[in-house]
Amino acid sequence: MPLLRSPGDALFPRAGSASPWGKHSVNALIEIIGLTKRFGAFTAVDDVSFTVARGEVLGFLGPNGAGKSTTMKMLAGFVTPTSGTARINGHDVQSDAVAARRELGFLPEGAPVYPEMTVIGFLRFAARIRGFSGGEARDQVDQALSLATLEGVRHLPVETLSKGFKRRVGLAQALLHDPPVLVLDEPTDGLDPNQKHEVRTLIARMAPDKAIIISTHILEEVEAVCSRAIIIAAGRVVADGPPGELARRHPSGKLEEMFRAITQPQAEAA
Amino acid sequence: MRAILGIAAREFAGYFSTPVAWVFIVIFLVLQGTLTFSMGGFFERDQADLLPFFQFLPWVFVLLVPAITMRLWAEERRLGTIELLLTLPVTQGQAVVGKFLAAWGFTVIALALTFPFVITVNVLGHPDNGMIAAGYLGAAMVAGAFLAVGAAVSALTKSQVVAFVLGVALCFVFAASAFPVVTDFLSHNLPVLATIARKISIVDRFQSFVRGLITARDAIYFASFILFWLVANTVILEHRKAD
Repeated sequence: MPLLRSPGDALFPRAGSASPWGKHSVNALIEIIGLTKRFGAFTAVDDVSFTVARGEVLGFLGPNGAGKSTTMKMLAGFVTPTSGTARINGHDVQSDAVAARRELGFLPEGAPVYPEMTVIGFLRFAARIRGFSGGEARDQVDQALSLATLEGVRHLPVETLSKGFKRRVGLAQALLHDPPVLVLDEPTDGLDPNQKHEVRTLIARMAPDKAIIISTHILEEVEAVCSRAIIIAAGRVVADGPPGELARRHPSGKLEEMFRAITQPQAEAA
Repeated sequence: MRAILGIAAREFAGYFSTPVAWVFIVIFLVLQGTLTFSMGGFFERDQADLLPFFQFLPWVFVLLVPAITMRLWAEERRLGTIELLLTLPVTQGQAVVGKFLAAWGFTVIALALTFPFVITVNVLGHPDNGMIAAGYLGAAMVAGAFLAVGAAVSALTKSQVVAFVLGVALCFVFAASAFPVVTDFLSHNLPVLATIARKISIVDRFQSFVRGLITARDAIYFASFILFWLVANTVILEHRKAD
């Protein structure tokens, strides 16, 4: 593990060197350093490096199977990287895992929640594990319920809820402890347009105090809420910059065209 | 400790939120009752003790304990909630211990519900209640040992059925390893293994509890057996959690 390293370009051999966003920043809450994950001969994530500072909302884009979820799982300490590492607010996700996770709100892919638990029971469980008790726990749970607009279903078992509600339960869990870092894997998947709008508003409202990564397939969402976008294809970062700037890189000026142009050749080559 | 208890409490409540808990308790009590009174000859023996009750207990546990543990990790994997659980600020060891304690607590409750047997022998005669207490302590140890095995096996797979079958098979090996048929075979062919087989037999250790003997050796045996399988569980989890 490189304990001593020079900040800046050396860390970002591929994407970072081409981008002004690759600079190592002192207030970077999320640092990803040369993260690589191989499953047998298949390289799911290939030497990905970037940092996210407080106030940034990073849209993490890429075709299915590009390595978005695997990168997020490594960041959350669920998947062990083959090489490289990541830090959350300075805590290494491997060697200082529990401290790193304390500062992280994570919505896993598919927003898994224990189906037999009630919404409030599940959030109380998360609060208890996170060290809240008594009135403090009640306040945190109430706040999470209200942020995710779940008050009306608080006593229902999760398995009886619709897909959109389940996703919001996962989201409430990630927000419960008001963490400085949020990693949300497809937070708006399965929500109706109104709910999508609510979640985007929520993310925008929280953005100034936090470093947020969201993965999504909805490009207009990136343009709506993200201050920066990273496009990943075949495990590598292929573009990194503000969504507007990325869109301008394509003659059409559309992020979608840019996304297609940049991810398709790689996808075929892989 | 807070994290361990939080996980244990959730897991324990989970048993009672589905019919599994009640089905298990009913089957356990019916099976123990039938075996004690019919095959064990509880009345015919005309003895005020619970030997017929304890005689069958490890074998009932071989069959039923894996049914308690099969869901512990396999279900988390199937639902994807394992990703949620293991990205909360808890260590894997804490998660393993929390789940194990929940399963153990549940089994001890099932065991405690056999109290009518104790009342029955006390009404009918004057049993050595100290010996009975030692037997129950041994039963809790056997349950703990099998639960630790079953929990570790559950971490290997997404399928509860596979976890159950593997659990029964492995528990059976540890229960039956001191059977004359096993040790005779081994001492003829592999004398070294015969000694080991006799040493690791859970049923042999349990028998000394049933006779009212609580020794440090047996206590250390059960403690290290449980610890070994909890560590194995953690290692399996570390390597296979994301598969």
